Amino acid sequence: MRVLPTSVDTTSTEFRANRDATRRLERDLQGRLERARAGGGEQATRRHRDLGKLTVRDRLAHLLDPDTPFLELSALAAGGMYDDAVPGAGLVTGIGRVSGREVMVVGNDATAKGGTYYPITVKKHLRAQQIALENRLPCVYLVDSGGAFLPMQAEVFPDREHFGRIFFNQARLSAEGIPQIAVVMGSCTAGGAYVPAMSDETIIVKGTGTIFLGGPPLVKAATGEEVSAEELGGADVHTRLSGVADYLAENDLDALQIARTVVSTLPTTTPAAIDRTSPEDPRYDPAEIGGIVGTDLRRQYDVREVIARLVDGSRFDEFKHRYGPTLVTGFARVHGFLVGLLASNGVLFSESALKATHFIQMCTLRQLPLVFLQNVTGFMVGRTYERAGIAKDGAKMVHAVANAVVPKFTVIIGGSFGAGNYGMCGRAYDPRLLWMWPNAQISVMGATQAAEVLVSVKREQQSRKGVALTLDDEAAIREPILRRYDHEGSPYYATARLWDDGVITATETRNALALGLSVAANAPVPHPKFGVFRM
Amino acid sequence: MLVSIRRLLVANRGEIALRIIRACRDLGIETVAVCSSIDAEAPHTRAADQSVTIGPPHPRDSYLSIGAVIDAARTTDADAVHPGYGFLSENPEMAAACVDAGLIWVGPPADVIGRLGSKVEARRLMQEAGVPVVAGEMPRDQTDEGLAEAARRLGCPLLVKASAGGGGRGMRVVRAPDRLHEAIGEARREAEGAFGDGTLYLERLLTRPRHIEVQILADHHGHVIHLFERECSIQRRHQKVIEESPAPHLTAGLRDRLSTAAVRAAHAAGYRNAGTVEFLVEGTDDDATLAFLEMNTRLQVEHPVTEAVTGRDLVHAQLAVAAGAALPWSQDQISVRGHAIECRVYAEHPADHFLPDSGTLLRYQEPVGPGIRVDAGVVTGSVVSSHYDGLLAKVITHADTRVTALARARAALARFVVLGVRTNIELIGRVLRHPRVVDGRVDTTFLESELDDLLAETEDDERPALAVAAALAVHDRLEPSAAAGPTTTGRADDPWATLGAWRLS
Repeated sequence: MRVLPTSVDTTSTEFRANRDATRRLERDLQGRLERARAGGGEQATRRHRDLGKLTVRDRLAHLLDPDTPFLELSALAAGGMYDDAVPGAGLVTGIGRVSGREVMVVGNDATAKGGTYYPITVKKHLRAQQIALENRLPCVYLVDSGGAFLPMQAEVFPDREHFGRIFFNQARLSAEGIPQIAVVMGSCTAGGAYVPAMSDETIIVKGTGTIFLGGPPLVKAATGEEVSAEELGGADVHTRLSGVADYLAENDLDALQIARTVVSTLPTTTPAAIDRTSPEDPRYDPAEIGGIVGTDLRRQYDVREVIARLVDGSRFDEFKHRYGPTLVTGFARVHGFLVGLLASNGVLFSESALKATHFIQMCTLRQLPLVFLQNVTGFMVGRTYERAGIAKDGAKMVHAVANAVVPKFTVIIGGSFGAGNYGMCGRAYDPRLLWMWPNAQISVMGATQAAEVLVSVKREQQSRKGVALTLDDEAAIREPILRRYDHEGSPYYATARLWDDGVITATETRNALALGLSVAANAPVPHPKFGVFRM
Repeated sequence: MLVSIRRLLVANRGEIALRIIRACRDLGIETVAVCSSIDAEAPHTRAADQSVTIGPPHPRDSYLSIGAVIDAARTTDADAVHPGYGFLSENPEMAAACVDAGLIWVGPPADVIGRLGSKVEARRLMQEAGVPVVAGEMPRDQTDEGLAEAARRLGCPLLVKASAGGGGRGMRVVRAPDRLHEAIGEARREAEGAFGDGTLYLERLLTRPRHIEVQILADHHGHVIHLFERECSIQRRHQKVIEESPAPHLTAGLRDRLSTAAVRAAHAAGYRNAGTVEFLVEGTDDDATLAFLEMNTRLQVEHPVTEAVTGRDLVHAQLAVAAGAALPWSQDQISVRGHAIECRVYAEHPADHFLPDSGTLLRYQEPVGPGIRVDAGVVTGSVVSSHYDGLLAKVITHADTRVTALARARAALARFVVLGVRTNIELIGRVLRHPRVVDGRVDTTFLESELDDLLAETEDDERPALAVAAALAVHDRLEPSAAAGPTTTGRADDPWATLGAWRLS
């Protein structure tokens, strides 16, 4: 593969300004992550520890193999929602290595509102199970939750993708041969009781772990019976009498050790046949990406400079270099894994879409994972382009992406607007993992375009009534729209709502992709099937 | 006249041959390697599209044989010859023989090489062109008495040099007159041995000068540009060890004087292709003393530092110029970005008078990473022969600042694994940590004067490394497949095993 050249001048004023602006965004991201990881705060953490329990982060540290990575998912979920009462949605999810096996870990954070399930908590839990299914990852649930957050039951309980879906998924995953392991390290009340009950193997901690459909207060109200939590659904009851749990643990550490032993006995999967070689660092420094990309989405740069700082040895074999230049396609290795790479380099034209369709179809037939670097303002508009059928060419790209059954990974490195989001494998197109960079923006169209569309609609309405819009009227329409798009287009608004799997920095992207690709190799790649391409 | 190079013969070996082959591959030019009988499996021989064994190991009968190289070019139907550095690169007869054989010579014309190769002629040219020079002369009377007479006129300290030489061969320093006789004898013998010409040249020695050189490029259309300077003061017996670009602590005025003098020198010589004008410099201000030392009519060993900071490929430019094209860049397109440092890794034993070492490389693993370039001529299993220069590899690091480039160099050297021969890696590491190197305040006397102290530093305990090497050797022999293994745990290409306790932010 050919080494990409670079023409970046790291001493230029523009580079330095971009780099500094990016650093500010990254520091902001770090601050948000630190706050989210503090969970329910100092006081709640102290109370939690006083009960003899480890925090969810400590539990993770003892569960995972020492000195191995952890790919945390959606750490900033629920940020800015519910008065920020549940940092990270009160749930830590991520992929890590336990006893040499890659597993999905789902751990409640009882310091945040008792680990209860808010709507976004449910969404984050379901997303972890979805990732486990797609990548055939055994699931380890570290359960410590009071069940559904009752005041919001209407948004948590009844619908298809609400609380009940967690147990539906556990049943389906188990049936697929994907082991379900629960470690009960706190309360599992009501619906929550079904997490351990639906698991293949369950460990429960003496003294702190309880499982029951109705807690002591409910029992008293319903039958008048007075009973302690331990007598009703403690570790002894469930491992000796009811058989709801299988292993009795002395404390949290003991429970995690048992969990590690259980995972070590799970059958190993044969990795899918994938093309991988020895990894090689990029030749150019990934730390320079910030200085290239900057934070102003209107600035044009050559996305190859970004590719050169993400892929092994900065080597990239570009496919159709001379055709449809607003989309860059080609082959590269990420940490030794061969991938097909699609990177936005401007607005999408018919040619770019056709090139993408060709490339995606080709990679899919070769069972090659796809990596999308998304920075797209959308498809080109205008009479010429509509007449040339840009809609059907865009449709071909969307069709190819939708039916590409190979592992797909999307990184939104800049703008994600309109149908460009679809073509470049946005959330709706089921990438195995999707991340956003802190400089990214996502909305149906750019804020300015949306504001202008709404102003002109209003102007026409008014002119039918014979009234003209003043400049002040226009501003009164425009300003709130701009503010709203800016707010809702932010990566933190997006990640809070699980529109992605996390906000990561440019320099973290390579490792994140490498871990994702490695995880994807756990599942066989099905044979591709495409529908009718509109020609 | 613009011609195209289709197939190029590389008249060299080792890292520079590989470097040239890589540039040709970039440009779609086929390559022919020449090799001696012991180099038949060498990396440069394998890397080329085809290869010709041109003689026995001794360079005289292979890499230095004009006839053998020209024959190889004829039989393989090559249309150009790149000489690299050393060997035939600065031999005017070679340049002329290429042209006679209808081959493109990637270098300056024979008469230019001849003029600049003669110290006396070069001095005269530079003096005429107004380029400052050091006092010196080549006595017509080459007897010991004639040379002593000239030495008296110049005064001590002085330098006895082979008129035909370079690279420190046939060169002696005379600090007191009573050492003169011995020095003349040694220099003459070495010059005759190495260059077949015992003519000697005497030159006044500046006591603590810096060695700073300017890279220039000239085409056949009258354009000459410079690509700024390199500091090469860290030398041992006139052999450069560590080079960097740009030179630290130069005022803009001094930098300007150097590059202007270099461009003027190139114009005066009617220069073509890539060349280097070497200066001795005393002082750091605008009015520092400059003295033209010599002009090297070839690609330098240390050219990668210039490539790193200017972002230009010098071999690409050499090939373009040789093919008759105009220089690919104008002066105002050349700027310096960041700082680059090159360290030369030799097979030698510093603690034992730098005795060259030879043997098989049992394990050879280069450092990789952002801002690190390694130009090497060996791989694991290569045999380092005493017939050739002991340069194994050049480690070039590039970063925004000199501090980072130095740090990168230290880190890269620490990760450089060379087992099987002794190397100077540890010594270079110490040099890079020396306060004067860290400050960028060195002159050509630095390494010689600090050498004893540097060598006296406690040697690292080699036993753990030797134990690991032994274990690896046994492991490879006993379980050749164990490293790949059937499970995913512990594979070298498995990110879960190699990234450590990595976390997002």
